[in-house]
Amino acid sequence: MSSETKQILTTDGIPLEVSLKKAEKKNKIKAFLLVAPLLLFIIITYVFPIGDMLMRSVDDKMVTEMLPKTFKSMEKWDGEDLPPEEVFEAFYFDFQKLIEEEREGKLSTQLNYTKNGFKSIIKKLRRKSKSFEEGNYKEQIMSVHRRWADVEYWRAIKRRAPAYTYQKYLKGVDMYENEKGEIINVPEDRRVHRILWLRTLEIAFFVTVFCFLMAYPIAHLLATLPMKYSNLLMICVLLPFWTSLLVRTASWMILLQQQGIVNDFFVMIGLVSDDNRLEMMFNKTGSYVAMTQILLPFMVLPLYSVMKTISPSLMRAGKSLGGTPFVAFWKVYFPLTIPGIGAGCLLVFILAIGYYITPALVGGASGTLISNQIAFHMKSTLDWSFASAMGLMLLSGVLVIYWLYNKLVGIDNIKLG
Amino acid sequence: MALPKYTEPHYRIWHYVYLTICAAVFFFLVAPLFVIFPLSFNAEEFLVFSDGMKRLDPDAFSLRWYQDMIYGTKNPWGLAAKNSFIIAIFATIGSVILGTVAALGLSSRHMPYKGLIMAVLISPMIVPLIISGVAIFFFMAKVGLAATHTGIVLAHIILGTPFVVITVTATLSGFDHSVTRAAASLGSDPVNTFMKITLPLILPGVISGGLFAFVTSFDEVVVVLFLAGLENTTIPIQMWTGLREQLSPTILAVATCLIILSTLILVTAELLRRRSERLRGINR
Repeated sequence: MSSETKQILTTDGIPLEVSLKKAEKKNKIKAFLLVAPLLLFIIITYVFPIGDMLMRSVDDKMVTEMLPKTFKSMEKWDGEDLPPEEVFEAFYFDFQKLIEEEREGKLSTQLNYTKNGFKSIIKKLRRKSKSFEEGNYKEQIMSVHRRWADVEYWRAIKRRAPAYTYQKYLKGVDMYENEKGEIINVPEDRRVHRILWLRTLEIAFFVTVFCFLMAYPIAHLLATLPMKYSNLLMICVLLPFWTSLLVRTASWMILLQQQGIVNDFFVMIGLVSDDNRLEMMFNKTGSYVAMTQILLPFMVLPLYSVMKTISPSLMRAGKSLGGTPFVAFWKVYFPLTIPGIGAGCLLVFILAIGYYITPALVGGASGTLISNQIAFHMKSTLDWSFASAMGLMLLSGVLVIYWLYNKLVGIDNIKLG
Repeated sequence: MALPKYTEPHYRIWHYVYLTICAAVFFFLVAPLFVIFPLSFNAEEFLVFSDGMKRLDPDAFSLRWYQDMIYGTKNPWGLAAKNSFIIAIFATIGSVILGTVAALGLSSRHMPYKGLIMAVLISPMIVPLIISGVAIFFFMAKVGLAATHTGIVLAHIILGTPFVVITVTATLSGFDHSVTRAAASLGSDPVNTFMKITLPLILPGVISGGLFAFVTSFDEVVVVLFLAGLENTTIPIQMWTGLREQLSPTILAVATCLIILSTLILVTAELLRRRSERLRGINR
């Protein structure tokens, strides 16, 4: 008897299968409608703006729109020798329009990003161009400053013609595209970003290692102690977890300062002399110490929740079968805690790699991370497209770890408190 | 953790070493917080223990920094506290409503693309704050909400909802759905069922998610630094400026108040967690 010959029907006479599918679909829509408001909210206010950052980081329309005639006439120029008269003429008219709109300052800032030295010659050109006569603009512009007669500067302008660019990403790893279109490293003494990336990875890595080394014993203790003691000790983990980040950073600033308690203690036990107190703040040490303490609870909690599920009888069994406590621990207990280790390490690493506040306050110049650089470009240099590019480079790293975390631990398994 | 009598000496030694290590780590975790208390009562302007304080001389202690915090004319702590509370309360309400409703949908077994949607909803918690700050700033500037309370509240709702989603889905994972079906079979409409049956049962999870959202908003500084104008200053912003420019004892007075607040929140959260575990029948 095949299913086609005898279908089960509901009371309405509809095949059961169809009816079930309908109900299923209705439930799906219901569930989705519940999630929809938050999903829409997050997508509009959060996911799209991150996409907007991507647009900003590659967007180079500003200069393209400022010098439309110039770039049009440059299409025929091969870039070998100085551009022909028509390019100079087009540039002169574009420039006059910019002066009218008072936007020539923006142009000079933008061109200066591409090649240093544009700022002063554009200012000079603005002054001199008022008295320009009609015709032969090439001679007149070139006589303003000798850099205007330098083909390098015209090539630099030409490089800004495309509406999109990946220059900001190259700059983020201390590279640039030279006049011939080759991608090369910036001179060694001006490489700042690679050092920062490496330092960020280094600090995040070691903070994760320190957190792991410190969290493992106490998570084990918390998981094996009787409830009434472990609850009390758990408070010690949770209190810092709930306390304001700034408060905890402030307490480290007090402790680590030169006249602070840690230094007092070192002097007291004779580790350092009174006039030779250690510099523990405004350098890497400050970042390490403060970040380790602040991120420690994020390592303890996942470890604890995994260790809690390991039955103590397993260790006893390991021992009774002839293993020493160390062997039993290493062969039985430790492998069982690996999921917790993975969860904790990934979480701490993700958080550490994007840290901003603590390094900014106790890190000084040698302890700051990539986030501080992003903030610097957002607030001080106002090079927002560069800040966006750096942010997205950091984000792509974080997303890889996030994906890994989701694969290994499952994002809905994050434990809070 | 008493050791059995037959433990060999070197394991005994190792056990005490282990306990010492644990004690040291706990000390490292908690001790820094307790430096702030005594120094906030310092009569002097320096952030070190004065000789008088070491002798426990009553004259070396004073409440002047607390007075300065409350009555000081130069300090905008009053405005900052007002803003912080207003913003945190509205952000919490928004996060709790959006997050709880979404969690209800996410814990339904009919939910399509659950993993992907969950990953998107949790992402504000994972993405570095500086990136969230930049992105949210671009958005708020575009829609004209930069330097407004509304903008900051919306930003904090974004950052707070992941916590609510996580805690409420966790609570719902042990939820017995037959009770809602029972309610429906007795003629209750879905809204009524939610209010009378589901909500009371998941309330501990909702409240603890709300506490997380509140603390997140109340403590948030990176995004606010991008969004806030002078009018929208909050406690974290004032602390940030204070810590950057000059570490004054007034900041420690504020910090002490914040530690007391976080202790209260911690106790509430812990009690709720235990109640929730009891309600869901998890015995640990």
